[in-house]
Amino acid sequence: MTVLLELKSVSRQFGGLNAVNDVSFQVSQGEILGLIGPNGAGKTTLINLITGVHPATSGRILFDGQDITKMRAHQIARKGLARTFQVVQPFPKMTVLENVATGALFAGGATGLKDAFAQARQHLEFTGLGDSVDKLASTLTLAKRKRLELAKGLAMRPRLLMLDEVNAGLNSMEIDDALRMIRTIAERGVTIIIIEHLMKVMLSTAQRIVALHYGQMIADGVPDAVLRNPRVIEAYLGSKYAAAHSGSSA
Amino acid sequence: MKRDWVILVCGAAAIGALGWSGDNYFIRLLTILCMYATLAQSWNFIGGFAGYPSFATAAFFGLGAYTSGVLQNQGLPILMCWGLAGLCAAVFAVLIGGAILHLRGHYFAIATLIIAEMLREIVNTTPNLTGGGMGLNLPILRISVDVQSRVFLLAMLVLAVVTTAAAILLQRSRLGFGLRCIQQNESAASILGVNAYQYKTAAFGMSAVFVGMAGAIYASWVNYIEPPDVFDILIAVKPLVMVLLGGIGTIFGPIIGAMVLLALEELVWRNFLTVHAAALGVIIILLVLFLPNGLFSLLKDLSAKRAKQ
Repeated sequence: MTVLLELKSVSRQFGGLNAVNDVSFQVSQGEILGLIGPNGAGKTTLINLITGVHPATSGRILFDGQDITKMRAHQIARKGLARTFQVVQPFPKMTVLENVATGALFAGGATGLKDAFAQARQHLEFTGLGDSVDKLASTLTLAKRKRLELAKGLAMRPRLLMLDEVNAGLNSMEIDDALRMIRTIAERGVTIIIIEHLMKVMLSTAQRIVALHYGQMIADGVPDAVLRNPRVIEAYLGSKYAAAHSGSSA
Repeated sequence: MKRDWVILVCGAAAIGALGWSGDNYFIRLLTILCMYATLAQSWNFIGGFAGYPSFATAAFFGLGAYTSGVLQNQGLPILMCWGLAGLCAAVFAVLIGGAILHLRGHYFAIATLIIAEMLREIVNTTPNLTGGGMGLNLPILRISVDVQSRVFLLAMLVLAVVTTAAAILLQRSRLGFGLRCIQQNESAASILGVNAYQYKTAAFGMSAVFVGMAGAIYASWVNYIEPPDVFDILIAVKPLVMVLLGGIGTIFGPIIGAMVLLALEELVWRNFLTVHAAALGVIIILLVLFLPNGLFSLLKDLSAKRAKQ
């Protein structure tokens, strides 16, 4: 399998805090990679580094063999890296359709406004927002806003889509819908990095999981192995529990 | 969009017809109206569409006035001078914009505020070229006063129409779309592939080109310019008030605002000469508190209500 994204000892400091510390891993074409870790582990910061929101303090990031470490956010977006935001960020004074058209127009290769709107409609149909195209983005419910984020990402025609907690705050029926959508997107050949706290989501979608803790990578492997990894259990539940748990299961 | 063009053509024709038949006081008022409309419309590009509150209007206006004045005194034809003034202002804006458009909100506003002061000092210290604090006389057009007043009205009217046409085109363009995204959430816009820096710089340049030309026409119109006149801070503040009055980010809001402010100036301020600056302040505060979307939004609300009934 060809490597699509490669991180080589990527670090980011905020003042004295090592938000991301010497993280290296690869993502292959067509893979669904899960990114887990307790709150504050550096998951979102890592996504911010990949998408150029913050520059990395050190290390290199390669996308499709090309060094994108020093590129700015809009250039990276046009290369085919899309993301959703954990805290949804729609353009509140634009309609749902206009919101999605933005992605098509500026990163999705739409030839003009008309084409962008046509493409946006398709993505909204796919994400089940076909009946809300003319509503203002600020009037949507949280579940629909999350789907709007997804539609915006898809409109960019990404090769790599990063989903930052698209399921947080949704009920279980909404989650099932979202998971079906994510699997369909993956079947179309889009590589996906998914951040999620819900283990149900992780186990049913991710083919591989990378775990972060205090900015450091503590595990990388198939889901079952990572979730049994004592360091991962310790990160989530504390060292006492980890000792007891690995003792009883060993 | 079609409706916008119809309104623009009708409005321009009406002002032209009124001006042709009116007396010289009325023509002067209409000329100022067109100038104000140009300034307000221009401010709307950067302040309204992109959401960057600029106080650089006075800088562009004065720069245009002096560019044209100096060139005209070198014997260049008047229309060419006006054009070069616009070009000079736009190039200046792009260069300055490159340096300050990474600032946001108040910081950007403060940075733009000092540009006019800087240019004013440059003019003051170069008396051989610009006349310095003594001011600069411009060549007088050798045509009758009545014809002159109509020529300058026509020039300002054409400029206001061109600026408004640019706004109409901008609203439905890729650039306009990108600016609206930047105005609402700049980092989200970048993530979606909008080159925010480039777009903001373009908007800043657009907000300068027509203002520079307005300054140039103004200079030719009044025949004499001096730094405190063309770099006046009020030239930077008034467009902002007009746009807030009329409706920020809309096509005809700035023009409505220009009309209302001009009417206020003529009717109220000449009766309260000493407190007109305070009146301006009160208007801004009332606007922000009670009508953040301007008079244009009020009209829209009314027509929407009527449509429902």
